[in-house]
Amino acid sequence: MPPREQLKDNYQETCLIRRRLIVAAVMVLLLMSLVLVRLYVLQVVEHDHFSTLSNSNRVRLKALPPTRGLIYDRNGVVLADNLPAYRLEIIREQVDDLDDTLLRLQQYVDISPQTIKKFRLASRRRKPYESVPLLLNLSDDQLARLAVNLHKFKGVEINARLTRNYPLEQHAVHALGYVGRIDVKDLNRLDEANYAGTSYIGKLGLEKYYEQVLHGEVGYQRVEVNASGRTLRVLDQQPPVSGKNLYLTIDSRLQRLAEDLFKGERGALVALDPNNGEVLALVSMPSFDPNLFVNGISYDDYQLLRDPFQRPLFNRALTGQYPPGSTTKPFFGLNGLEDSVISADKKVFCGGYYQLPNEERKYRDWKKEGHGLVDLDAAITQSCDVYFYSLAYNLGIDRMSAFMKQFGFGEKTGIDSTSEQPGLLPSREWKRRARGMPWFPGETLITGIGQGALLVTPLQLASATGALAIQGKRYQPHLVKKIESDADGTVENIEPTVIGQYHLKKQLNWEHVVKGMERVVHGIRGTAHRISRGLKYRIAGKTGTAQVFSIGQDEEYEEENVKKKLRDHALFMAFAPAEKPEIAIAVIVENGGHGSSVAAPIARKLMDAYLLPKIEQRKAAKTSAGGTAEKKP
Amino acid sequence: MSLVGVEHHEQASLSRRLLDAFRLDPMLVGLLALLSAFGLITLYSAGGSNMDLMIRQLTRLALATFLMVAVANVSLRVLKKMSLWFYLGGVLLLIAVIAFGEVGKGAQRWLDLGFVRFQPSEFMKLAMPMMLASYLSDKVLPVGWRDLLISAVLILVPVLLIAKQPDLGTALLVGSAGFFVLFLAGVRWRILTILGLVAAAAAPLLWKFALHDYQRGRILTLLNPENDPLGSGYHIIQSKIAIGSGGFYGKGWLNGTQSQLNFIPERSTDFIFSVFGEEFGLSGALLLVFLYLLIIYRGLYIAAMSEDNYGRLLAGALSLTFFVYLFVNTGMVTGLLPVVGVPLPLVSYGGTSMVTLMVGFGMIMAVGSARRFLR
Repeated sequence: MPPREQLKDNYQETCLIRRRLIVAAVMVLLLMSLVLVRLYVLQVVEHDHFSTLSNSNRVRLKALPPTRGLIYDRNGVVLADNLPAYRLEIIREQVDDLDDTLLRLQQYVDISPQTIKKFRLASRRRKPYESVPLLLNLSDDQLARLAVNLHKFKGVEINARLTRNYPLEQHAVHALGYVGRIDVKDLNRLDEANYAGTSYIGKLGLEKYYEQVLHGEVGYQRVEVNASGRTLRVLDQQPPVSGKNLYLTIDSRLQRLAEDLFKGERGALVALDPNNGEVLALVSMPSFDPNLFVNGISYDDYQLLRDPFQRPLFNRALTGQYPPGSTTKPFFGLNGLEDSVISADKKVFCGGYYQLPNEERKYRDWKKEGHGLVDLDAAITQSCDVYFYSLAYNLGIDRMSAFMKQFGFGEKTGIDSTSEQPGLLPSREWKRRARGMPWFPGETLITGIGQGALLVTPLQLASATGALAIQGKRYQPHLVKKIESDADGTVENIEPTVIGQYHLKKQLNWEHVVKGMERVVHGIRGTAHRISRGLKYRIAGKTGTAQVFSIGQDEEYEEENVKKKLRDHALFMAFAPAEKPEIAIAVIVENGGHGSSVAAPIARKLMDAYLLPKIEQRKAAKTSAGGTAEKKP
Repeated sequence: MSLVGVEHHEQASLSRRLLDAFRLDPMLVGLLALLSAFGLITLYSAGGSNMDLMIRQLTRLALATFLMVAVANVSLRVLKKMSLWFYLGGVLLLIAVIAFGEVGKGAQRWLDLGFVRFQPSEFMKLAMPMMLASYLSDKVLPVGWRDLLISAVLILVPVLLIAKQPDLGTALLVGSAGFFVLFLAGVRWRILTILGLVAAAAAPLLWKFALHDYQRGRILTLLNPENDPLGSGYHIIQSKIAIGSGGFYGKGWLNGTQSQLNFIPERSTDFIFSVFGEEFGLSGALLLVFLYLLIIYRGLYIAAMSEDNYGRLLAGALSLTFFVYLFVNTGMVTGLLPVVGVPLPLVSYGGTSMVTLMVGFGMIMAVGSARRFLR
């Protein structure tokens, strides 16, 4: 043993180590107490605080988008519904590198820069743990390619969601409008909370006008999620309230027929029931397939729709403003009778032109050689311009615009759709305000044959025709007949609204005008005589021709020599049956030439389609009613 | 300490005789078994009821128990003789890790010996107290300046090697094991005070030159976890939410939302105490801490009752190191201490630390039985 070992005092050392062990034991207790105090603070003192944090950690509110209401026609034919479609969606919170993910996704599907822009916009209003659609409506091919490779992408999902669908495709699009993805403009006007789960919003037409009704109310789900945001279970939920269904006044059978009758021509048609303002068909041709817009239209498709000549996106029926031409003649005729400027049998000589006193300028009649002596009846039937120049001269613009105003000219009808234009009803006051010039007498004459500054929309013309048909009462044209709620089964019927009432001074005046209009179709010399063949009911109508460009004073208008584009617009307005009107129609065929040749036949065929089944029905009802009556003693 | 008086002369039951035959300490074995049971129950919940995980952990526990029994039967003299060689071997292996070690999770800790992957730093947790106890037990106590200096070198060489890997948690445990031997060997309070002051003075320098960025980050995060709620503060915040929301009675086994919904990171390893705290509450935590304290005090008692200085120093240092595990881990998950990779002893999932700990308890039992059988 080394010498130092001898110096060791075992007892002393044992005591030393034991003392140190006791010190250590005390230190252990002290330090552990520190931890226990800490636990007490966390678990007892601050327990409530951490409980709240724990709950907010795991519980999230998830928006449940409502199902958009369906749209039916008046007979229950589906015009707009919702179909399940596969979407590529991204949950940003779970994606490590968004740009990289988008880039890698492009190996499997095309993603345009616009799509990415829209995606980023949509991302802004969604919480990081909510899924945001990137591609809507995946094709089978895209779906297959993505589904196979989905495991390579964290936070990327394929979900089946409901997407708006228009089964009639290009038919009725201008009556319906369409929905599209929510964009910046929409964001400013919508209620963010209610659109928390919604991707589509009405962009145009009915879909936009009835957006609130169709959309429904968002529901919520309280769900438990794990740390990566995946939903584990539903704690409770408030189901969404589906949007209400719309039943339109539109008859899809008439609508499709009317569209087909245009045979590729451009133009518009509005057919309505004058007794309540229900719009039976609202046509603007050419049309387009609204389904293209639902998921965002491609650049190429959009360029096709922007054809400056065809302009399929342009809703001619509501937005198009045309000179009404001779279709105004029945109105001015009635105006003249009511204001006692003319009488029905007073004749005017038509020599092919009219001249204001002390003026050189000749106001030409469409018929170069003139109509000779014409009374009101003949003036309407043969559409004599000179008669109406003279009438207008005698009436003066003030009385004319006051009268026309009562039939809704120059004002929006207030139809339940978007982008309706008011047309233009000229007056002295208007001219001063808009042009800063006084009214010239010549303008009165031009107005008298429906030219000049006077502009109408096809809808306005149809509405005015309807008012004329039922002796001055004007119902607001509307597209929705009833609103039905799937949620509580309630049905709200849209009651007809009277928006104007012209009180006839003399019933006879009206009868004179309508007689003239009937003779337009049924009279031998009527301008629309050719459509009368085989008619089983009586039509009262008036053709019109709206000048697209003016002819010089001494030039002659030769249809063949004028390019199609510069040809006159053909118009026709009519109602039927003349004795008890059920339908009023306004048709315009752009560059169609004369109203009688293209516009009137369309109206005739549509009226046939609408009225003949009704007439048959009534006949059948009468026979069976008669049959039962006979059996009775 | 009345709870530790076990006399082997009393009428012995069969199990007692069996334990004696294997030179085991019945009290310590019972407490360890209880703790392991707690550990397995918690791990079942923390691991998402994964049976594979449980089986792996049970296998390790069996292996660790076997090693514990084996070590308990090694005589103290042999242990003491092996100390120097273990220590030298350990240091060489640590150097080997730096030279050829495998990189895992950003740190170089593993040595692949072909048949087994081996963590020399773990081995050092035992070799360090053995070496120092062996060295100091032959010296005159309390420790003089010369021995203190030599001990300091013996401690610092492996600690620095481990810190370089970098593995702050293990370096801390190895360093404290060595320090505890010195402390028990009676380093004068004066010297301890001076060392403490020097350490305090050196702290800013260490901050600047010795710590890695991520280590500095963890300390900053501790001071203000809300600064970086989604980055490094996330662990601490979620752990505190888990423990705090557990309340006094806890949310119940398998019902901790923070744990079951994956909000707690590393929930079956370093952060398993958060799961325990959430599901069993303060009441459960008190029980668990009490169990740990009993184990520590039993170890300290065995140290105190040992007949020679090697045994006292070794058993004492090992028991106190066990406490460091407990304190650093619970301090970390409750947000008292920075995030350092120290598992909750015998509860956290993981094989290496479990084997080391159980072998350590084998050594403590070897110390205990030496008193009984070699008298």
